[in-house]
Amino acid sequence: MYRYDEFDHAFVHQRVAQFRDQVARRLSGELSEDEFKPLRLMNGLYLQLHAYMLRVAIPYGTLSSRQMRCLAHIARRYDKGYGHITTRQNIQYNWIKLTEVPDLLADLAEVEMHAIQTSGNCIRNVTADHFAGAAADEIEDPRLWCEIIRQWSTLHPEFSFLPRKFKIAVSGAAKDRAALRVHDIGVQICRNDAGEIGFEVMVGGGQGRTPMIAKTIRKFLPKAELLSYLESILRVYNQLGRRDNMYKARIKILVHEMGADALAEMVEAEWRQVREGFVDLPEAEVARIERYFAPPPFDPAAGSDSGLDTARRADSEFDRWLEQNVDAHRQPGYAIATISLKSDGGVPGDIDAAQMEAVADLAERFSFDELRATHQQNLVLPHVRKGDLYELWQSLKAHGLAIANRGLISDIIACPGMDYCSLATARSIPVAQAISARFQDLARQKDIGDLRLNISGCINACGHHHVGHIGILGLEKKGVENYQITLGGRADGEAAIGAIVGPAFSAEDIVGAVETVVDTYLDLRETGEPFIDAYARLGREPFKERLYAAH
Amino acid sequence: MKLDIVSANRLTDGRVVYLTRDDGWSESIIDGRSAATKEESADLLADAERAVEAGIVVAPYLVSMADDGGAFAPLHFRERIRLFGPKHNRDGGQPAGRVA
Amino acid sequence: MPLIKNGAIAEDAWQFPADDAPLPGQGPVAISLERWQREREVLQARRAPLGLLVKSDTQVEDFAADLAEFELIALDFPTFRDGRPYSAARLLRERHGYTGELRAVGDVSRDQFLFMHRCGFDAFQVSSGGALEGWLRAVSEISIWYQPTGDPRGALGTLRHRRAAAE
Repeated sequence: MYRYDEFDHAFVHQRVAQFRDQVARRLSGELSEDEFKPLRLMNGLYLQLHAYMLRVAIPYGTLSSRQMRCLAHIARRYDKGYGHITTRQNIQYNWIKLTEVPDLLADLAEVEMHAIQTSGNCIRNVTADHFAGAAADEIEDPRLWCEIIRQWSTLHPEFSFLPRKFKIAVSGAAKDRAALRVHDIGVQICRNDAGEIGFEVMVGGGQGRTPMIAKTIRKFLPKAELLSYLESILRVYNQLGRRDNMYKARIKILVHEMGADALAEMVEAEWRQVREGFVDLPEAEVARIERYFAPPPFDPAAGSDSGLDTARRADSEFDRWLEQNVDAHRQPGYAIATISLKSDGGVPGDIDAAQMEAVADLAERFSFDELRATHQQNLVLPHVRKGDLYELWQSLKAHGLAIANRGLISDIIACPGMDYCSLATARSIPVAQAISARFQDLARQKDIGDLRLNISGCINACGHHHVGHIGILGLEKKGVENYQITLGGRADGEAAIGAIVGPAFSAEDIVGAVETVVDTYLDLRETGEPFIDAYARLGREPFKERLYAAH
Repeated sequence: MKLDIVSANRLTDGRVVYLTRDDGWSESIIDGRSAATKEESADLLADAERAVEAGIVVAPYLVSMADDGGAFAPLHFRERIRLFGPKHNRDGGQPAGRVA
Repeated sequence: MPLIKNGAIAEDAWQFPADDAPLPGQGPVAISLERWQREREVLQARRAPLGLLVKSDTQVEDFAADLAEFELIALDFPTFRDGRPYSAARLLRERHGYTGELRAVGDVSRDQFLFMHRCGFDAFQVSSGGALEGWLRAVSEISIWYQPTGDPRGALGTLRHRRAAAE
């Protein structure tokens, strides 16, 4: 993975000192809250219901063991002993003191981390396929380009006061695991007819109160021209994006209002001028960064008999975990292991300091010191030798982390909701807990099969409810929480926005309603047909009928 | 009867606090100074604004309280969450699910 | 309102008459784009330095052809949130080769100075007292930048290239 050079180190330390000064000016009264708020947001610091919340960037979800141990240290030293993995592959802490943030940031800087641009109207932490560099279906590792985008977007002088926040995701695989089509810009590594590798660029996706699927504005962009092209998109957006209404300020509204073709034309016209003078991506710099993403020293002999089949036959629980949480690796003899952070009755994405340290140790022992955070709020050990999987599973089990539910109904994406968030209109966490309790039986979950259930505590959709196969949106009506169900959303290559199925349910009824949706699917599915395919075939009506039959 | 008190977040650590009878700020709602009339509520807010100026708290606002002789509790569920903390977070430290 | 130019407090010789106010008899004036388009001949006949006060929703292309007429371009920030003048500044400097004074006016605070500076602003009309000290501190807070702009100082591409050449 990428390592800072002396310039990156110097930069992050300067940024910490700058923020330390800004905090001091706030505490001394030199800055009012109105003046300070945009400054703290640019460094990921929110004021939430109970305390300050700090969102720490995990660029494109990649972490080393040392960094994970520092995150554990921060949980213990500055928070209440845990953190929360977010849908942008970041981690956030809920109980932070303003006075301690500068020291916290200095600790982070020691392990080459920061909180820059995890909030604010700027280019946010760039996300990637969490199987990058490991997936069997990958054309190329996207993280080289993520790191290049990270550096380019960091304190970009022109694009730090955009009309609204701006999110970029990159994938290099055939299967879209990075939700590219619900990003402001989705970058897909692809091959053109001549066999050259470049990028397909999609623009204008997003969730929030006006969810939209991104549109392709360029089928093929030569690799070396990525930054000049991004700079052109951002410049057009910075100048023309709406600033009169914050709910219409995202680039998706610009794409919607002017049309993708017209926007593409403007971007191309700008790009013709920008690319002439744009010089900052010399081959030597690309090569320098690329070296950090070279594959780890895999053992070529790892492909031979790993003893895995014996272990599977001997231990059915291990076998279930393997089937559910382990994916094919590009390197023979290796596999990708997902660590589910969706324990039975737990808070989706939460992980305590002891678990962070355990996972760091396991990454060191079994995965070339590398870890990933996923936008589904889980962790990944990307490079595990098949022969080590049984031992890894046993260790995970000892720490309560061998939960074999990845991709099942209890692998819920949920925002913090009103338990923490000052924007929320309802709670998300108790709903997630109740659903995972109702579907506790893993054999039942397995029978239900692949099902994405996402919960947001307000219309801002941080819990990605629009793209859940089953989406739940928490709202407030006359001082009471209630929950709206959407069906048929998906975030993959066939991205779609879920359709609202009908009137909202009370907090007491929402779990039963989810069960009704699931039972309807079980009754109507054809053999081997996953929920999302059955929904595509059946449409909303049979679900609606069953849900509201009694009313 | 409905009463108002003022709540805010403390500047230094962001914690939920309530304006008290002796013009200070307390994490305990029991210490909160209540207002029964519009005028008293306006006075509360004016006092809170002075604490904003002095850099003690951020974003104060009125919280409606039920006062039926029994529990003195906020009317709105959001304010009850602010008062009691995240419910799943029973011991104040561990993520739920690991709390036996 | 103090004016900071090239890192020092500067005298402001410019007058900014409102669109419906008469032009002062002499001295440099900065006018709106509308007034420039309407009273071009009168303004040129004054034979005094001309400047343009540009609103944030104006496209640079709308006056780029006339840039040679102006010694001052003042870009207005109606609020600090309005980031359009950053793009306008870079276009003026980097695409249209404008070399005169480029002044930030409006809601300009010291925590934006660094960004403005990097985009090509060289003058700042600031509202607070003690502005110079704050400005001097603010511009030295970050000395390394990841992006190339018209301002080559501290750009990482250049720094890394220099290091590679020295190795």
